[in-house]
Amino acid sequence: MTNVNTFRAGPDERGHFGPYGGRYVAETLMPLILEVEQAYNAAKADPAFRAEMDHYLAHYVGRPSPLYFAERLTDHLGGAKVYFKRDELNHTGAHKINNCLGQVMLARRMGKKRIIAETGAGQHGVATATIAALFGMSCSVYMGATDIERQKPNVFRMRLLGAEVVPVTSGAGTLKDAMNDALRAWVARVDDTFYCIGTVAGPHPYPAMVRDFQSVIGDEVRQQMQAAEGRLPDTLVACIGGGSNAMGLFYPFLDDPSVAMTAVEAAGHGIETGQHAASLTGGRLGVLHGNATYLLQDADGQIQEAHSISAGLDYPGIGPEHSWLHDMKRVTYVSATDAEALEAFQLCAKLEGILPALEPSHALAQVRKMAPGLPKDHLLVMNMCGRGDKDVFTVAGALGMDI
Amino acid sequence: MSQGRIARRFAALAREGRAGLVTFVTAGDPDASTGAAILARLPAAGADIIELGMPFSDPMADGPAVQAAGLRALAAGQTMIKTLALVRDFRSTEQDTPIVLMGYYNPVLQYGPERFCVDAAAAGVDGLIIVDLPPEEAEPLAVPAAAQGIDLIRLVAPTTPDARMPKVVNGASGFIYAVSITGVTGTASAAQEAVAELVARIRRHTDLPVAVGFGINTPAQAAVTAVVADAVVVGSAIVRQVERAVAGEGPAAADAVAGFVAELAAGVRSADRPAPLRAAAS
Repeated sequence: MTNVNTFRAGPDERGHFGPYGGRYVAETLMPLILEVEQAYNAAKADPAFRAEMDHYLAHYVGRPSPLYFAERLTDHLGGAKVYFKRDELNHTGAHKINNCLGQVMLARRMGKKRIIAETGAGQHGVATATIAALFGMSCSVYMGATDIERQKPNVFRMRLLGAEVVPVTSGAGTLKDAMNDALRAWVARVDDTFYCIGTVAGPHPYPAMVRDFQSVIGDEVRQQMQAAEGRLPDTLVACIGGGSNAMGLFYPFLDDPSVAMTAVEAAGHGIETGQHAASLTGGRLGVLHGNATYLLQDADGQIQEAHSISAGLDYPGIGPEHSWLHDMKRVTYVSATDAEALEAFQLCAKLEGILPALEPSHALAQVRKMAPGLPKDHLLVMNMCGRGDKDVFTVAGALGMDI
Repeated sequence: MSQGRIARRFAALAREGRAGLVTFVTAGDPDASTGAAILARLPAAGADIIELGMPFSDPMADGPAVQAAGLRALAAGQTMIKTLALVRDFRSTEQDTPIVLMGYYNPVLQYGPERFCVDAAAAGVDGLIIVDLPPEEAEPLAVPAAAQGIDLIRLVAPTTPDARMPKVVNGASGFIYAVSITGVTGTASAAQEAVAELVARIRRHTDLPVAVGFGINTPAQAAVTAVVADAVVVGSAIVRQVERAVAGEGPAAADAVAGFVAELAAGVRSADRPAPLRAAAS
């Protein structure tokens, strides 16, 4: 039966979520993208693929990740009951690996020998290099030269895992340029290469495929909350750059009208300064990296550099499904500044003994704003999508400390 | 309906029994006035069709040379409005050489596809190549382009399977752009047999002229490609002349480009073509 009121039916067969998504790629890539879609559809329908993925998720990634009641933070905020979905406890320390496992398994199924990926902060690069090592595949990670300087530990991690880290000097040498160069590299070696995209963006089927692989987060929350409280959560909160952790948490709940959802973009130095990464708040419809979506751009359609203290949110676009959910008003999109994220980071460390990554620190900043005004029986789940060890140097620098 | 400049030019080339030379330069590279001077010199130097790049911040199908050209132009303040003005100025003295704007979809989308086609036609643009707009997504631009008599040029790649060919070439106009390599512009060069095979594959699906581009860097390569193609596209190698001039090496940009285009034209005209390649398109 078709439910006309569902928010979970997208995308259509051409990869569109309303006016967003699609496949805006050069003809050289088009046949490959169609091949990825076919292979993904076949894998999705194959119980053996699902079973193998579940095996690695349980025994290698460490799923399910706990749903943890943050009691001291809840007391401190004095309102809603705050739960953390602990995806920072996954192998490699973030939610990224859920998706990498799925995509690299798909690449192997397609007979590809080589994985390429783009990375900003290095989290997706590390997760991709990890799974490539697990399956004995060669791996090249495209990373902006500027980011390589800023994220040396992750660069070394990728090299230890056997990956080649390719410095990207085109453009400004950041995440969007890394994605450009990864696409260029894919075009140049179409026969043996699979492009493992790190977020719910890119040409169809990537946004839907990455969402599906990340939906394990929301599926687990549904079961875990049922076990803990005997009902569904009331509010879900997640940070959003490209938007994969948010999509993974939200998607299983989109058709539960009682569940409210808030996604938090990075406001950088403040939306009004122009130095931010909030594509929905400060951008408009455009086409980049294979999909139509909200983008930060100037009047002439040139893409602008994003800014955030969190390298993982530092992208001028957003996944197309988020653009659609924004327009449909199913999810509320807000933003948090660098300074608010830094405060939330420190609060969480002291109250809960957890160093959150700077990405979910943005989500936590929003929890601080909204939880006090909600009743004490309101169940709020925040996705703790990454751990903050990688960010200690950035945080120290921002706080003016020398370590 | 009267023939457009592109059809007239290919008909003339067929009568001459030779392949055409399509030259790519980026609008406003390295700056507006030098870019205009370069453009003005192209027809006399031997360009049969001009591809004019619309600079974009994220040219994901282009190699280093064309990327750098776009960044030079943007840094010098190039915009879509200035690019259309450049074409209008060129047309005030040159009525015969077709101009095809080449670029990426986002700047066109922001301009507004309908308004863009109206303004481009008024400026004297004959065709559009939008690299990241496959047939599946092309309708919002294809409809207003057709209404304005602008050819939306379709690209075929070595990876395009035969089964997909009709989807790409049906409804195409102007010419077919055969991408000779799997790669970005101005990098590797294709083996001649592979190019011939790709062109032959395309000809089984369309009567439109076939222009071959990507990876053609020298007059000799142009000559070899001109044996099988209706036109040969050279971009990065021309743009590198501008790059060298900007770096202070060799002659001024317009002289360097004109000199190199003349060599390419001589190469294309020297091609030893089996006659007739095929029935003239007209």
